[in-house]
Amino acid sequence: MRIPSFGLTTGVAAATTVDDVTVIVTESLSKRYPRVTALDRLSVDIAPGVTGLVGANGAGKSTLIKILLGLAPATEGTAHVLGLDVTTDGGAIRERVGYMPEHDCLPPDVSATEFVVHMARMSGLPPTAARERTADTLRHVGLYEERYRPIGGYSTGMKQRVKLAQALVHDPQLVFLDEPTNGLDPAGRDEMLGLIRRVHSDFGISVLVTSHLLGELERTCDHVVVIDGGKLLRSSSTDEFTQVTASLAVEVTDTDAHPDGTEALRAALAAAGAAVTTRPAGSEGLVASGHLLYVEAAGEETYDLVRDTVAGLGLGLIRMEQRRHQIAEVFRDADAAQAATATAGAPGAPYATQDGGAHDVA
Amino acid sequence: MSPEPMTSTHPASPSGAPADAYIHNIGYRHYDGPRLGRAYARRSLFSQSLRGSYGLGRSAKSKVLPLLLLVAMCLPAAIMVAVAVVTKAQALPVGYSRYAVFLQAVIGLYLAAQAPQSVSRDLRFKSIPLYFSRPIERVDYVASKFAAMAAALFILTGLPLLILYVGALLAKLDFLEQTKGLAQGLVAVVLLSLLFAGIGLVVSAVTPRRGFGVAAVIAVLTIPYGAVSAVQGIAFVQGHESAVGWLGLFSPITLIDGVQSTFLGGSSSFPNGLAPTTGAGFVYLLVTLAVIVGCYALLMRRYRKAGL
Repeated sequence: MRIPSFGLTTGVAAATTVDDVTVIVTESLSKRYPRVTALDRLSVDIAPGVTGLVGANGAGKSTLIKILLGLAPATEGTAHVLGLDVTTDGGAIRERVGYMPEHDCLPPDVSATEFVVHMARMSGLPPTAARERTADTLRHVGLYEERYRPIGGYSTGMKQRVKLAQALVHDPQLVFLDEPTNGLDPAGRDEMLGLIRRVHSDFGISVLVTSHLLGELERTCDHVVVIDGGKLLRSSSTDEFTQVTASLAVEVTDTDAHPDGTEALRAALAAAGAAVTTRPAGSEGLVASGHLLYVEAAGEETYDLVRDTVAGLGLGLIRMEQRRHQIAEVFRDADAAQAATATAGAPGAPYATQDGGAHDVA
Repeated sequence: MSPEPMTSTHPASPSGAPADAYIHNIGYRHYDGPRLGRAYARRSLFSQSLRGSYGLGRSAKSKVLPLLLLVAMCLPAAIMVAVAVVTKAQALPVGYSRYAVFLQAVIGLYLAAQAPQSVSRDLRFKSIPLYFSRPIERVDYVASKFAAMAAALFILTGLPLLILYVGALLAKLDFLEQTKGLAQGLVAVVLLSLLFAGIGLVVSAVTPRRGFGVAAVIAVLTIPYGAVSAVQGIAFVQGHESAVGWLGLFSPITLIDGVQSTFLGGSSSFPNGLAPTTGAGFVYLLVTLAVIVGCYALLMRRYRKAGL
């Protein structure tokens, strides 16, 4: 059915032509339990590609995936996956969708090959096809000779690959990856993120990946959906998230004239009209926040301004580096927005970063 | 990240080419073949679980116990047959429908070893979400596991009956009588397999720990049996013979014993060979069926929350 391979761009073409419209559509989707509202009138459209689903623990990510797999009924609202209604076509959806759970799910006493073959058959693949697809898929996720050994002896990274393989073995059109980088070391994370990128770019399979580590989604996803407390905070492309403005991180020494050099610089820059903040913009960077200044870079002149101001105060410039806005900032923005008004959750409030700039100044 | 180098080999068909020969050059190939859906997945789970109950598709170590127990089930039958053939006996020393009751300890051990293997494993290693994120539903999972366990027990208990039957025919015993006996015996072991499978699975599905499961299954099978036998003995000695017939309702194996001695032409293992009356026999049958259905319902309930 897919891409006869002509030119050099077929992989990418396939990725965007398999399903032109959307892979996931929800409309005012709600899920209420007796005590807690897991999803609150969530409306999102997710296009083919790699989409990040961001939210703190308990934000409703798992509930959303459960509903999208047709495993839990929504309290109200509708959801469609690959054009199929989750309430009536759950089986058909699960045949065409892959799922990689967050937690361990692998029995240690069988080999990766045996396990993935079994899972392929559970997805409806005939025995021969199940074996062929297993060999192919394990190779694609980077498991070679070790696939014949019992899973119990695998490293965390290898186990994650097996988990990914079982989600891909039946060649789904869409995979849900729940925290796929959990428990991996930095190198393992990078490899897993690269693999996720390839799932879309090389395999033509759309991906919905959840994470609470926001930094990694910037690099991996085309689109990011942020939910919190079951509500949609934002849904926009990664570029819009991160490239609206650049900012400079500046660190200076203290001198006798200015015992608190950082504060002196902040005051001087603010007086000169630059947007300065002392808080690290990303929630990840909690270190040394007292000694770093974040300056909105309006253009070349901002660099000059910082240089001249530092020199004028007689401070030592330890570093001045460019950093892009991180997705993490939307949480801060959202908090601020929520404090002001509750409308941040409305689906129609897409690009809140302009407001975010204002918060930074404040 | 770019797919370009991959696509040149894209049209290579999944069959034919030896895949391992050029590992690094094959791009991703989509699967266009049939997807056999829910019923097929259910059958696959059934056969995988049944094979697993005899250690097939698992490590060599896990094949030892089930096969040993299968041999232990069949050996007495083979010996009886040999004796019957050599001595030209007029009848087999043990009736078909009673054979399994005699060897209940072996059946109990087998169940204790394999029922936790079948269900606790998926619970313990949290593989359940992987099943339920696929076309099968909860009812398919429970039904497959139940049917597989019952089938495994049926093989364990039915095979010796077959040996007895073949041996009886070799010993030139009456064909009609033996065939009728075999049929009755098979009905008895079908009931026994369903009952034991249900009990074993419900008990093992409670705990993700396999060791607890093994101990619990053994306890559930032996403690009621011991208690029932003891109380039956006391009741018999004190002359309450009617009570003996009813007491058998309270342990799995005496349930089967009551059913088979009432309806399936066997003699019971109750004190002095007392059998329940026909009326009581119906109660036995009803209780047996109710327990089987109840176990199924409990399993369904157990997996209601076991989704993602």
